[in-house]
Amino acid sequence: MHMADALINPAVGGTMWLVTAGLIAYCARKVKQTMNDRLVPMMGVLGAFIFAAMMINFSIPGTGSSGHLGGGLILTILLGPYAAFLVISSVLVVQAFFFADGGLLALGCNIFNLGFFPAFIAYPFIYRVIARDEYGTLRAWIAAIVAAVVGLQLGAFGVVLETKASGISELPFSAFVLLMQPIHLAIGIVEGLATAAVVAFVAHARPEALFPAQAVVEPRNSMRPVLIGLLIATVIVGGAASWFASTHPDGLEWSIAKVSGKEEVSGTEDNLHKGLGQLQEKTAFLPDYGFKSTETEAAPAEQTAAEPEQWPTISAGTSVSGIVGGLITLGLTVLIGFALKARRAGV
Amino acid sequence: MGLGQWLEIGRMDELGRLDTPAHRLDARAKVITTIVFIVVVMSFPRYEVSALTPFFLYPFALIALGRIPPGYILRKILLAAPFALVVGMFNPLLDHQVIASVGVWSISGGWLSFASIMLRFVLTVSAALTLIACTGIYRLGAGLERMCMPRVFVVQLLFLYRYLFVIVDEGARMMRSLELRSARPSSLRLRVYGSLVGHLLLRSMARADRVYRAMAARGFDGKIRALHRASFQWTDWAFTGGWTAFFAIARMWNLADALGRILAGGGS
Amino acid sequence: MSHHLVEVRDLHFAYPDGTDALKGVSFRITHGESVALVGANGAGKSTLLLHLNGYLTPTRGEIRIGETPLIRETAAAVRRAVGMVFQDPDDQLFMPTVFEDVAFGPLNAGLPPDEIEHRVVSALERVGMAHLRDRPPYKLSAGEKRAVAIATVLAMAPDVLVMDEPSSHLDPRGRRRLIELLKSFKHTKIIATHDLELVVELCSRVIVLDDGRVVAEGQAVELLNDETLMLAHGLERPHSLRHLHPH
Repeated sequence: MHMADALINPAVGGTMWLVTAGLIAYCARKVKQTMNDRLVPMMGVLGAFIFAAMMINFSIPGTGSSGHLGGGLILTILLGPYAAFLVISSVLVVQAFFFADGGLLALGCNIFNLGFFPAFIAYPFIYRVIARDEYGTLRAWIAAIVAAVVGLQLGAFGVVLETKASGISELPFSAFVLLMQPIHLAIGIVEGLATAAVVAFVAHARPEALFPAQAVVEPRNSMRPVLIGLLIATVIVGGAASWFASTHPDGLEWSIAKVSGKEEVSGTEDNLHKGLGQLQEKTAFLPDYGFKSTETEAAPAEQTAAEPEQWPTISAGTSVSGIVGGLITLGLTVLIGFALKARRAGV
Repeated sequence: MGLGQWLEIGRMDELGRLDTPAHRLDARAKVITTIVFIVVVMSFPRYEVSALTPFFLYPFALIALGRIPPGYILRKILLAAPFALVVGMFNPLLDHQVIASVGVWSISGGWLSFASIMLRFVLTVSAALTLIACTGIYRLGAGLERMCMPRVFVVQLLFLYRYLFVIVDEGARMMRSLELRSARPSSLRLRVYGSLVGHLLLRSMARADRVYRAMAARGFDGKIRALHRASFQWTDWAFTGGWTAFFAIARMWNLADALGRILAGGGS
Repeated sequence: MSHHLVEVRDLHFAYPDGTDALKGVSFRITHGESVALVGANGAGKSTLLLHLNGYLTPTRGEIRIGETPLIRETAAAVRRAVGMVFQDPDDQLFMPTVFEDVAFGPLNAGLPPDEIEHRVVSALERVGMAHLRDRPPYKLSAGEKRAVAIATVLAMAPDVLVMDEPSSHLDPRGRRRLIELLKSFKHTKIIATHDLELVVELCSRVIVLDDGRVVAEGQAVELLNDETLMLAHGLERPHSLRHLHPH
C-alpha cells in the first residue's frame, strides 16, 4: 500500500526521507564493498523484472480472485538485503514518478515500509531462519509465506503509524489498524505463495542462478548498524512527531485525543505548552486555523507559544471571502498558464 | 498493471525529452523547487482550503512552459486518486464539528479537511508528475547524483528504467503465447505461474549477464564514470529563488482570501 | 607492437555445470584478415568469442592477441585492443543517449574529455549516425542500433573487431548497409554468423566449428561451396555460390 503525499505532514515525511536516505547511502556502500561488478546491471534488470512480473496474475486457490508478485521478498532472496533495498527504492521511485503511485514527500515512508521490513527484518530473521538453504521444499514455502506476511504486516503498521503521526486523516487508530492489517494478511499470503513458486521453479530449473547474484555478505553479522539506525530513526520520528504535536495543534496529540477521548497525552508537553492546555483542548476540536491566514503559521515552531490569542475565529465573512478568493485565484492561475503557453507557442 | 500503463510511461518518456524552457532548466533546480513546493503545501494546517489555491500556479506554469498536455497529467492524477480519496473520506464521517458557514449552509470540519486533503493531493501529485515530465528520468538521475545520491543507486535506477520496456515486452510476449494456448488466460494456476514468472526471471538474469559482458568488454571495472556537462545557470537560480519566494509569500499571507476580500468588498 | 594478430592454441573450456563447450580449438588470424566463424547452434561459437577478450577464462590452452598472452593481468589491455559487438544491440546500448553510450568505453579508458568527444564524434561519423548523438538508443531502428553498437566499439580504437551475428534482426536494406560498412573497415575482423551470404561478401577465410572443435578451415568460397561439408555440420551451401562456376 503506497502512502500519498496528501496524508502526511512535512515533519513525518522529512524524517522518513532522512532515514531512508541514510539507509540508501549505507546500502550503496555495502554494495560497493562486495566488489561484484555484475551486481549493478543485475539490480537494474531485476528491478525491471519486478514491473513485468506485476503484470502476470495467478488465481488464488479457493477464491475467485487473483494475485501477483510484490517484489520486496523475492528481490532480497535473489540479491541479498543491501542490493535489494536499493532496487526496491528504485521501483518505488519509478512508481511515484510515472504512475503517481505514492508521492515525493511520502517516498521516504514508502521506501521504508516496503523496503526496510522485507529486506532487513523479514528476510534475515524469518526467511533465512526457517528456510535455511533449502529451495522448493515445504520449509521454503512456509518460510516465504511467513516472511511475506510479517514483512507486509510491519509495512502496513508503518503506514498506520506514519499517517497517524501526520494527523491529517481523521481515521481513528484502531479502525485504521483493523482496516489495514487484515487486508495485508491476505496480500502477504499471496505474495508469499508467488515468491515461493517462482523461487522453487528457479531452484529446480537452474539452481546455480540463485547463488551468484546473492553475492552480498550475509546480513546477520552486520545487522547491528542497521538496527542502531532503526533505533535512532525511531527516536527521531518520535521526537519529531511529539514536537509537531506539541507545537502544532493539529498534530499527533490531536488525533490521539480524538481516538482515546482524552485531550492530554502525557510526556509530549513542555512547560510553555502547559499554560496553553486549556486553550489547546478547545482548539483541538475547534476551527484552529480556519480560513484566515496568520503570519504565525509560517513558523510553526514559534507560533503557538508566543501568540495563541491570534488564532482566528470564524465568521461567515471570512468564509465567503475565502471561497470567492480561492475560486478567482484558481481561475487566474489557469489564465496565467494559458498566457504562458500562448506566448511559448507564439515564439 | 495493464499494458495501457506502459504506453503511458512511453508517453512520459517522450515528454521528458522535449526541449522547452522548462526542460532546459537544471534538474537540480526543479527538484529543489518541487521539494520546497510540496513541503510548503503540506505544512498548511488541516482545515486550510483557500490559501492553497495560489499554489496551482506552479504546476500550471510548468505545464505551460514545458508544453505538457494538461489532460495527460489530469488523467494520471485521477488514476492515482483512490487511496487519498478512501482515507480522506473518513474525515467528513468522523468530524461533524461545524466550523464555518456560507449563507445558510454550515460546513463541518470533516468536509473542510477532506477538501483540503484532496486539494493537497492534486497539488503534490501534479508537482511530481510535471517534474518528471519536464525533466525526464535521465536528467533527473544525473541531477540526483550531483545532489549526493550514491552513484550505485542512481546507475541501477537508470538501468531499471532502461530495461523496463525490454523486460516488460518479454513478459508480454510470454503471456501472449500462453494465452494462445489456454482457455482461461486471465489468471494462472500457481504452478504454471511459478514456471512462467520463473522463466521470465531466468531470462532477465541472462539479460543482465549479457549487459554486464558488454560493459566489461568496454572496460567497465566496477567504477561508474560520468561526463558532467550541465552547470547551474542564472536562470536556474532565478527559477528556484523566484518560486521559493512565491511559496513563502503564499504561505504567509492567504492571497486568495485577500483577493476575495477586495472583490467581495467584505470580510473582517 | 601490433595487436592485429590473434592466435588461439588448444583451447578447452567447460562450463561450471560440466558441459564441455570447447574441446581443443586452434587457429591463427593475421593482420587485416577477415575471418568467419561458422557452425550450427551449440557448436561453441559464442563461447569462443567470449574468450577472445578475456570474459571467460579457458580451462586449458592459450590465447595471444598480438604479442600479449591473454591472462587476467592483461585482460584490460586486451579489451581495448579487441572490440566486441554483441548479438543483441539492446544488451550493448545501456546508456541514456547515443553519445554517452559511445563515450562509455573511452571514459573507462580514462581519456581526457576533449579526446573522448573527438572519439565519439568520429566513431559516429564513421558509421553514419552522427545525427543521432542525443537520441536515446532504445528508440532507434534495428539498423541504427546495430550501427551505434559498432560505433561504441570503434570509439575504443580497437585493432581487432569481433562480431556475433552482426546481421541478425536487420531488414535487407539494413543488412546491405551493414555489409558495406564492414567492408570499409581495415580492422582484423572475426565474425561469427549463420549468414553465409554475408560471409561470401566479407570474409576471405572460414573456420567451421562443430561440437567444440575446428572441423574445417580454408578459403571462404572453396569451403562454403563444399556441399557435403556444409550439410555435415548443420550448414548449407550459400545460394549465391550456386551460380558461380568454380575454377
